Amino acid sequence: MPLPPRRWLDDPRRGGLAALALILAMLPLVLSNRFHFDVAIHVGLAAIAVIGLNLLIGYAGQISLGHAGFFGLGAYGSAVLSGTHGWPPLLALLASALAVATLAFLVGRPILRLRGHYLAMATLGMGLLIFMVITNERAITGGPDGMSVPGLSLFGYALGSRDKGAWYALVAVLLLVAVWLALNLIDSPVGRALRALHASEVAATVGGVDVAQHKLIVFVVSAVYASVAGSLSAHYGGFITPDAVGFLHSIELVTMVVLGGMASTYGAIVGAAVLVALPQFLTAFHDYEPVLLGAILIACMIFLRRGLLPGVLDLVRARRP
Amino acid sequence: MSQKPLRVLGAGVVLGAAAAVAAGSAAYAQEDPIRIGSFLSITGPASFLGDPEQKTLEMYVDRINADGGVLGRQLELVVYDDAGDANEARTFATRLIDDDEVDIIIGGSTTGATMAVVPLVEEAHIPFISLAGAVVIIDPVNAWVFKTPHTDRMACQKIFEDMQARDISSIGMISGTGGFGTSMREQCLEVAGDYGITVVADETYGPRDSDMTPQLTNIRNTDGVEAVLNPGFGQGPAIVTRNFAQLGIDVPLYQSHGVASASFIELAGDAAEGVRLPAAALLVAEDLPADDPQRDVVVTYKTEFEEQWDQPVSTFGGHAYDALFIAVDAMERAGTTQPEALRDAIEQTTGFMGTAGEVNFSPEDHLGLDLSAFRMLEIRGGTWTIAD
Repeated sequence: MPLPPRRWLDDPRRGGLAALALILAMLPLVLSNRFHFDVAIHVGLAAIAVIGLNLLIGYAGQISLGHAGFFGLGAYGSAVLSGTHGWPPLLALLASALAVATLAFLVGRPILRLRGHYLAMATLGMGLLIFMVITNERAITGGPDGMSVPGLSLFGYALGSRDKGAWYALVAVLLLVAVWLALNLIDSPVGRALRALHASEVAATVGGVDVAQHKLIVFVVSAVYASVAGSLSAHYGGFITPDAVGFLHSIELVTMVVLGGMASTYGAIVGAAVLVALPQFLTAFHDYEPVLLGAILIACMIFLRRGLLPGVLDLVRARRP
Repeated sequence: MSQKPLRVLGAGVVLGAAAAVAAGSAAYAQEDPIRIGSFLSITGPASFLGDPEQKTLEMYVDRINADGGVLGRQLELVVYDDAGDANEARTFATRLIDDDEVDIIIGGSTTGATMAVVPLVEEAHIPFISLAGAVVIIDPVNAWVFKTPHTDRMACQKIFEDMQARDISSIGMISGTGGFGTSMREQCLEVAGDYGITVVADETYGPRDSDMTPQLTNIRNTDGVEAVLNPGFGQGPAIVTRNFAQLGIDVPLYQSHGVASASFIELAGDAAEGVRLPAAALLVAEDLPADDPQRDVVVTYKTEFEEQWDQPVSTFGGHAYDALFIAVDAMERAGTTQPEALRDAIEQTTGFMGTAGEVNFSPEDHLGLDLSAFRMLEIRGGTWTIAD
């Protein structure tokens, strides 16, 4: 794709990040109670996982149908290590992320050498396995009824789950960091290699890109994003059930990527925001809620085929002379 | 309180839809009603719980309002559907507490949904009456959390009591591996010793298994099995019952309260003959003796529910009925809906007769039911009869 010369504001790494930071900083002015903060925090946590998944789907062209498995391992890892074993939450989060990275590496390494959508099948199976293990190991995970998770404490400062302002600040900062890291990865040689292999694996190989290696890197990175988001949402919620690990949650994450716009890091945030917040608006329609949600999603996909954010930006650009 | 902030959040994304919705839900102000919040699993895998609960709450809130409300104020019911997802349940509970500013929460169809909300109500100091089963909800006691359904441990105790009366001392167990079966199996193993009962065979089956003959054969081949107990839910127990009859195993079969519905008898057919299980009095409302203290309440609830909704009454709706009237009763005694006073009044509930039995809350007991809440039923002639 030939890149036109960018104006400062059009550069996602400067203008985009500044705009996002501004929005995140202004948002508390309009969030009037804890419930509004709660929705915003949920959006932020989902967005972190979705940004990671977008790297895999949008840039490397690989689909993972088991990302909720990584999310859940992060969540349960944090819950078990910090809750049952009394580890500091931050250490538990890092240990879980490391374990998830190792697992993603081991699963991805043999699979990603193959061409085609084998990763989708492998991750589907892996997600289901993780779900079954978590559901059945009642002694460790509490089984289908779930388990409680201690609150997050960072460097001696404890964040209660009703401490919405502090949580919002934490999630906002982490979201900015997540976006910044993702954008840097995309603009690095690795990112360019990914886009090359997405367009054509043969051409990329000829161009000297180690296809399997690069897919593996991004797969592991995206798994770590999901794990960290999982750990944080476990601490935030104070209680987790295997729902968070289930197949439907994996599908939800993929839907957020596609809806927001594939290969658009900011689109991933929009996708997460819509899918998390929309059901809250639609409760006024009671029984018709699922129907409306479905209709809105279908309409988006028909009229904004590239996803919400890229679709809207296209419309705006088309109007500019 | 306006929807505007969230509209900004989704602006340009949800386009016109959000605006229309926000307008639709804009405050329909009433004069200071008492707000009862509820999150239930109305859709999804646990909808068989949430659906009758929602219908019961709506129906009786309307009736109470028609009769002049409580403390001279109308009741306003706010219900959200958590679809059985604990994460959704927590978000909706936050919404009930901080956005809708309800006075009390009645809800939580599943144990997961309830437990996800417990930390919130404990922090926010809002009385919460749960409609979910597991014993962890009230043991250890949380100051602001109560529950109306009996626990699976009580079902085990009721069954073992009956076995004891029939001189049964060694049994085989075949349990489902779903949430209900696993939890009840653990509880039963824990209390079996108290009744002098040894579990000599302990088999399990998966939620989607369609043949339990191998497990039952193992149990049959175990020496000294005098009865078989099947903690489970859904279609599994019906298959166990059929296989049990096909194998001609000649000892009593006990099912759990999880199958106390007409569809179990339908699925199991003739094989269900002679099967015993503990269940709430609601199931045999009309068969209760006239002097039974519970008769009035269960017959009334059953008749009114079935008249209004044209579907068979279920014990789950009964849990919502109990919770609503415990709350109303407590509000009237407290004379206010101020959270601390209301909580205290709920905790002081004694001698309240509900569909699940007589409720006597205390600071140490936020369940307040004893074993008399359960009736031991036997299936005879294709219908339930009272066995004790």
